[in-house]
Amino acid sequence: MDLFRYRPVIGLEIHVQLNTKTKAFCNCSADVFEMEPNTSICPVCTGQPGALPVPSQEMYELGIKLALALNCKINEYTRFDRKNYFYPDLPKGYQITQFFYPVAEHGYLDVNGKIVRIRRIHLEEDAGKLLHSGENITEADYSLVDMNRCGIPLTEIVTEPDIESPEQARLFMEKLRTLLRYLGVSSGDMEKGAMRCDANISVLDTKTGKQSNKVEVKNINSFKFVEKALEYEFERIVSLMEEGKEVERETRGWNLNTKTTVSMRSKEEAHDYRYFPEPDIPPVLIKSEYIQKIKKTLPELPDERLKRFMEKYNLSEKDAWTFVEDKEIADFYEKVVENTNDPKETANWFLTELFRLYTEHGKENIKITEKDFVELFDLMKSGVISRNIAKSIFEESALTGKKPKLIVEEKGLKQVDDYELIEQIAKKVIESNPQQVETFRKGKEGLFSFFGWTGHERNKRQS
Amino acid sequence: MERSLDKQLFKKLTLKDAMKYVQMYHDSDELVQRSLEIINEEDKVLNAFISVNKQPGSGIPIGIKDNINVKGLETTCASKILKGFIAPFDATVIKKLRDHNFSFIGKTNLDEFAMGVSTEYSVFGPTKNPHDVERVAGGSSGGSAAAVASGEVIAALGSDTGGSIRQPAAFCGVVGFKPTYGLVSRYGLVAFASSLDQIGPITKTVEDSAILMNIIAGKDENDSTTVDRKIDFTEFINKDLPKMKIAVAKQSFSEGVEEGIKNKTEEFMELLRKLGHTVDIVNMDEIKYSIATYYIIAPAEVSSNLSRFDGVKYGLRISSDSLSQMYEKTRGYGFGEEVRRRILIGTFTLSAAYYDAYFEKAQKVRRVISNKFSEVFENYDFIVTPTSPTVAFKIGSVSEPLVYYMMDIFTIPANLAGLPAISIPFDQINGLPVGIQIIGPRFSDAKLLGFADHIERKIKI
Repeated sequence: MDLFRYRPVIGLEIHVQLNTKTKAFCNCSADVFEMEPNTSICPVCTGQPGALPVPSQEMYELGIKLALALNCKINEYTRFDRKNYFYPDLPKGYQITQFFYPVAEHGYLDVNGKIVRIRRIHLEEDAGKLLHSGENITEADYSLVDMNRCGIPLTEIVTEPDIESPEQARLFMEKLRTLLRYLGVSSGDMEKGAMRCDANISVLDTKTGKQSNKVEVKNINSFKFVEKALEYEFERIVSLMEEGKEVERETRGWNLNTKTTVSMRSKEEAHDYRYFPEPDIPPVLIKSEYIQKIKKTLPELPDERLKRFMEKYNLSEKDAWTFVEDKEIADFYEKVVENTNDPKETANWFLTELFRLYTEHGKENIKITEKDFVELFDLMKSGVISRNIAKSIFEESALTGKKPKLIVEEKGLKQVDDYELIEQIAKKVIESNPQQVETFRKGKEGLFSFFGWTGHERNKRQS
Repeated sequence: MERSLDKQLFKKLTLKDAMKYVQMYHDSDELVQRSLEIINEEDKVLNAFISVNKQPGSGIPIGIKDNINVKGLETTCASKILKGFIAPFDATVIKKLRDHNFSFIGKTNLDEFAMGVSTEYSVFGPTKNPHDVERVAGGSSGGSAAAVASGEVIAALGSDTGGSIRQPAAFCGVVGFKPTYGLVSRYGLVAFASSLDQIGPITKTVEDSAILMNIIAGKDENDSTTVDRKIDFTEFINKDLPKMKIAVAKQSFSEGVEEGIKNKTEEFMELLRKLGHTVDIVNMDEIKYSIATYYIIAPAEVSSNLSRFDGVKYGLRISSDSLSQMYEKTRGYGFGEEVRRRILIGTFTLSAAYYDAYFEKAQKVRRVISNKFSEVFENYDFIVTPTSPTVAFKIGSVSEPLVYYMMDIFTIPANLAGLPAISIPFDQINGLPVGIQIIGPRFSDAKLLGFADHIERKIKI
């Protein structure tokens, strides 16, 4: 298969759960993760007869914040519409969304220099969750509905089909998550469903100029699978094209177990959602002063911070992004540098030691503080400890929370600067290891550390 | 006022006097007792009530249309599909009435989900007209109108989407007021067509309507379509009013309007002139588009609003092997003929292929009609039409849906344009009441009530 002949054309539709205190249209708490089923519900979000939706101000605010960060034009006139369909997880029989006049349009996100245009961003409510009594929906005797998630505010971000590879799709999602966390508008956790992705892919045959029909892939629930699902789908479509078969315009689901996509419904089965303006919620005119006010609350965004890190701390783009990508890490780095006044050395310790410990023990178990860095650097720079010893002290301090100085004192790890003592120990080591001395003299320099270590042990026993 | 009220006195008791009574004796048990006695006697024939409250408590007895939630009572909407549904919360208007010492005597009859003009589409059978029990009480708030007209209750609440308060008030010879859209909270009113629905009073006098409006109106944080206007609806009650300029729609005399009704409209014009007001006949040709416009917008909203009745959460469920069959059976059996018809119309007009041709177009015509009214109000204070082109008709005499639909010709425009409109009784034809409708500009509710009150007092003299 000549994969270079074919080019994927990818667009994403991403649902992001907004970090509001209340649900989109009622006062129920929106923090429902792992909550007892049906405990954060009310007449409004369960669609009781006579109940009416009242939009949350905070939802508009966070939506606009995100739209601004994605360089979108905020529409002056915006309104909600109803998307009508029947399903047990949708208590009103319609979803309140924005179809005709979304809150924002025409933005972009820079993904490693590639500009991916944003077509539109709109606000909507989430549906509930079905729990089936059997293995799956077709074998279930009955199903239960958990309405905690009904009415949780979402923004849907729709990109233009600008993405050129499955990898780029993943990078887009990761960049978006970083942005969400910087803004504080969403946790961006795909695993917890706070960010969900549907991908549209078609394939261009560069030789003939023909483009396949568009296939939508749903149910992608991790960053890794964004890439995997699109890779699978790309190859599937290319195979069909190579065989001269028609690529059906359809919706396919990513199957986690088989790592394949499976047809969910064809175009003929597509719903007619009968969109029309939501009569229970008047349209909103967003004033430019309001937008300006929100703009002022925007924090420094990842791209700006990346640039600043490169200039101010003299870091390479790659290293700088490693910090900036995770807001917590970037914040910590800056805090440490503020104390150590040594961006280069700090960066080195972050990139090697700290990140290793993060991976090995989990970020949440690492207790090292900016003060610890200062102590450690001082110990090292004043020659009290060697770089190698500093590493082990760093590890211990990071895992236990003990101050580096204390560790040094407790373990007698001080670098000895009493030359007479060193000479004495060295002599003894040479005397008691004549064979090793001989080998060393013959040129086996690797034995150097053996002498160092033995000397160190001897010294410890003495003190 | 006597402490002990006999039934005849009670039947004529206005809300204003009932409030005086409660103030005087600090007790309303007598009122509640009388109301229950009369319902017990009259309602076997009238069928104004779907349910009577077993624990009405004390307070001024009021009837509530059975599409408005009263916590703990059944809300049926006169439909099979809400079987067994107990309202889990009070409508905002009910909360307000509770705070003002009202007693919810019972839930009144209506056409299923308020779709109809006669209560003949109620699953509980039609309400009879107290003036002639062979005839309908009108609809959809026919139960509320008949309950007030027969004296079963002091006052009642109805809802008006295309004339559902005003037309039954006209048929039963009482006052029905539809406020400006947005003045009264719809929270707790089971939605029919959200952009047209408005709760309003049905009372024995205009003043009573104004008193009730002062209680039920106001911005509600649970209904984002309500507006913040501090209106005293009784401001112009019993006041000397300046001379007004009145436009009578030429269409009041068009084909399809009963001769008797045309004559009464002319007599009403005479009365206005005699009282010194200026009266002109104004051509409002746009009125003729209102039925078609209404029967696109209202069913579209219906098709969406009634989706929640799906057998999953409350009310009727006809279990089945598959989900789609459960939906089909539950909704197919649970909804009556007229409701199904409107859901089908709305589903069609909202479908992607027809949205522009129907729904979008209807929205435009709605603005045209609204603009026409604004234009007339530039030169006139109020617009007058008959409330209904006919008097109350015989039960079972109309079978064509289109004939039914035409009956709302004069009342629908006020809903499309969001205007306040009142129906007041004006004389009778062969013992059957005639209602005259007066429409005002948006938020002229207090002035409109004042003007209607002024006319009502002149008629009574």
